[in-house]
Amino acid sequence: MALKRGRGVAAINYPTGMNLGGDPSQALVHSTPTGAFMVTLSSVDLGQGLRQVMAQICAETIGIPTEQVTIDTADTDTGPHCMGTFASRGTHRIGNAVAQAAREARQVMLEVAAEALEVDAGDLDTDGKGMIHVKGAPQKSISVFDTALAAHFKYGRSISGRGMFLVPRSFPETETGAMKPATCYAHACTVVDVEVDDETGEVDVVSVKNVFEVGRALNPSMVEQQLVGGSWMGISHALYETTEPYYPAREHGGRDFNEYLMPGPGNLAETETIVLERPAADGPYGAKGVGEMCANPQIPAVANAIFDAVGVRIDSLPITPEKILRALKAQRAAA
Amino acid sequence: MELRKNYFADERKDDLNEIGHSLQRSDVPNHVTGRTAFFADRTFPNLLHLKMVRSPHHHARIRSIDLSEAERHPGVVRILTSKDVPQNLYTILILIQVGPPDEHVLAEGKVRWKGEAVVAVLADSERAANEAAAKVKVDYEVLPAVFDMLEALKPGAPLVNEHHGQNYYRYDSGASRKVRFGDVEKGFAEADFVLEETYHSSPIEQAPTETTGCIVAPEGNDRFTCYTNTQAMFFTLDNASIILQMPGHKLHMVGGTAGGGFGGKVDVTVEPIAILAARLTGRPVSFIYSREEEMQISSPRAAETITIKDGVMKDGRIVARQVTGYTDAGAYSRHSPYGAQKGAAHYPGPYTIPNVWVDTWCVYTNRTPSSAMRGFGVTIADFALEVQMDKLARLIGMDPLEFRFINAYRDGDMKAHRQPTEGAALIECMQEASIAAGWPVAERFMKMSSKRREA
Amino acid sequence: MAKVPVQLTLNGTERAEFIDGGLTLLNALRDRFGDTSPKGGCHQGTCGACSVIVDGDLKLSCLTLAETCNGAHVETTAGLAADGIQHPLQRAFLDGFAAQCGFCTPGMIMAAKALLARVPNPSRDDVVEAISGNICRCTGYEPIIQAILSAARSNSQNAA
Repeated sequence: MALKRGRGVAAINYPTGMNLGGDPSQALVHSTPTGAFMVTLSSVDLGQGLRQVMAQICAETIGIPTEQVTIDTADTDTGPHCMGTFASRGTHRIGNAVAQAAREARQVMLEVAAEALEVDAGDLDTDGKGMIHVKGAPQKSISVFDTALAAHFKYGRSISGRGMFLVPRSFPETETGAMKPATCYAHACTVVDVEVDDETGEVDVVSVKNVFEVGRALNPSMVEQQLVGGSWMGISHALYETTEPYYPAREHGGRDFNEYLMPGPGNLAETETIVLERPAADGPYGAKGVGEMCANPQIPAVANAIFDAVGVRIDSLPITPEKILRALKAQRAAA
Repeated sequence: MELRKNYFADERKDDLNEIGHSLQRSDVPNHVTGRTAFFADRTFPNLLHLKMVRSPHHHARIRSIDLSEAERHPGVVRILTSKDVPQNLYTILILIQVGPPDEHVLAEGKVRWKGEAVVAVLADSERAANEAAAKVKVDYEVLPAVFDMLEALKPGAPLVNEHHGQNYYRYDSGASRKVRFGDVEKGFAEADFVLEETYHSSPIEQAPTETTGCIVAPEGNDRFTCYTNTQAMFFTLDNASIILQMPGHKLHMVGGTAGGGFGGKVDVTVEPIAILAARLTGRPVSFIYSREEEMQISSPRAAETITIKDGVMKDGRIVARQVTGYTDAGAYSRHSPYGAQKGAAHYPGPYTIPNVWVDTWCVYTNRTPSSAMRGFGVTIADFALEVQMDKLARLIGMDPLEFRFINAYRDGDMKAHRQPTEGAALIECMQEASIAAGWPVAERFMKMSSKRREA
Repeated sequence: MAKVPVQLTLNGTERAEFIDGGLTLLNALRDRFGDTSPKGGCHQGTCGACSVIVDGDLKLSCLTLAETCNGAHVETTAGLAADGIQHPLQRAFLDGFAAQCGFCTPGMIMAAKALLARVPNPSRDDVVEAISGNICRCTGYEPIIQAILSAARSNSQNAA
């Protein structure tokens, strides 16, 4: 009886969005009289930080600092339609809508600035810090603040924009299955090291090395939040979680956090996270959806590592000590 | 976390002002001071509490419901049954024309899973609602139930849901969603080895720390504001509109920050009945799942059974893959027909395989209806696919990582569901993993690129 | 139902309310005292989102009867930022990106505060033990552990 070490790998891709139902989201952007920008949505922030990412996309596109953008969301009286926060679609679909709305608003803003400066709008650029200037002549400039004031009280222009991103519905072809269920794909490869106690069947995930390709990390620390939390959930799925431990029997389902098992803060694997960026052609600044894919590769990697450690295949989730011990017993009986 | 900027640098602009920077989250200052408003952080005078009476049986006919004792319980204001719901029969995906309606807001005639909503009790306090709910008497005739997907598909199995007529979802393609690409039989005949293996999972709970719920406040003029933690505001509004037979402009959904979702808050199970209760009583109504309801009543990730048969050559090429996947929807569709067919397109995984045959089924059993969860239609498929890849590599005596390089998809490769591969980056992920994990692979794999095949 | 008077000091302010007998401290704080920073994630003592500090001790407010807190000093996350200045724990959670949905955050911060009051320079194991009754579903815990360790370091630097 001993602790046995093993290593496993898994590689995956993950689709962004849910085109099998049509996949629209809308955004509205407008400026206040003093050049703050409001983004109105009906999208839901589940904790992934949708508001912050949308503010950064809007700010980058208009050419202003992110703190000047306010996100007003999750209200069906004010926000235009959004399909919902799921299917790794938030950053990509809603982000595209916000970028489109922001481009339109930026265009109006530059037109107003051009009128005020008596130049051509096409010759103007933003410095990203609150100023609009003639390209190549930064001294000839007007602030976003003054531009917004002028738009409101002098020129009668609404600095605003509408954004609509729709991936048209894909109907699967009945005989071949030809379909376009998603747009861009994120990728991952995970290597896991485990230690399996062949006396108790317990698995200790010693280390996890995750490599994720995310399209573009719009806010790297927030991407890291998703990836690290997702990796934890993947390991949790592999070894602990189910509402029906003896599925298909219905008994013994966990009713609370004492009975429904997940790794606690004392059961964490040493985790290394590496991110690659291959921008998606259709993503806002190249972003792909990464909220779901980050929790997937750990599951098979853990299963493969367990086999590498003790030579038994557990092909049903979760991989509990009970299943491992039964498999080890069968292995010994067969030997 | 480390960003490896050396990959795909020519495809990216890295000098943007706001994008690519780890700016502080604007919502977290309120998280750390406890000021973030979750839906339940609102209080209303005269708030009513809704407690659901649920089926104790997996499958039963409802002979009668006796509310007399419960109605007399102090604090009880109203008790709702199926007769009170304007359009009691619904299915959420009807909004994208995925029918038929197959589920009742409150049970009508039968219950099809243990935990199904039967009667809604409204009382002045949570305690009174709970006590009165225990006094609702429902007379059931217990019926045979089926829990195993393959048993459910056998002739003579108890019929789970009459609205489907059989224990599986009927797609326009038949009993399953199909993908057919190349000729798998020819591929198996040519293969050096064929390996067929079956994988299983059991249901998994999204387990957000904040349970599913809503608070509804009448605004006057027969208009209602619903403070909810749904993941999809208009999905909820439009389904509530259908169920309540109220035009959409009478409904106002307000979200904000949800205390985690992970797919667990995409069903529309609390809002319609709470709005109805507010409408019928004229008072604000709170319907919040208990922790036990969240864990055992709210839709989990579906259990799946997946059989993969692969033909592989000694040199490592996979030449044929046949997959049959079963998704356990439980008693009602919810989002499961969607997830099962999403899986159909995913099964070749990130690999280029010339011959692919996939059937995915959405199967009904007498258990808690499953629905979406993080990785919907894909997570369990990836478990099965990637364990299968490990087995195949070992079968032909090849390093599991190198085996994946041989089969990895590249830009331009045609996928089984007839979409050309674009923006691939699997190879680069594996190269980086090889370095990070100290898992060396042959030099030719480290020179590969997702952008093109080697000459 | 008979009402009982409860008088307590909430985040330094004396407060009194008549409440239903049997009301939990969690529901009393949220519904009667207007402090919604403690969250009800399970109402049965298994998630830690309702954690508060009563007379210096960490308590699950969902398992504590409000009437037993008569005369007590109750601290919640809502009272942590004195005069609008963030507490080192709040700063560390912000800077360390240690909150996502934020539902577990107030309870985590209370658990951490109780720890740091007891053990100003905690080890990683101390931190793990201190938050082992607090469930987080978003972060994978590591950023939270790091944030608490970081707050302890900045505390001890300030003290030095």
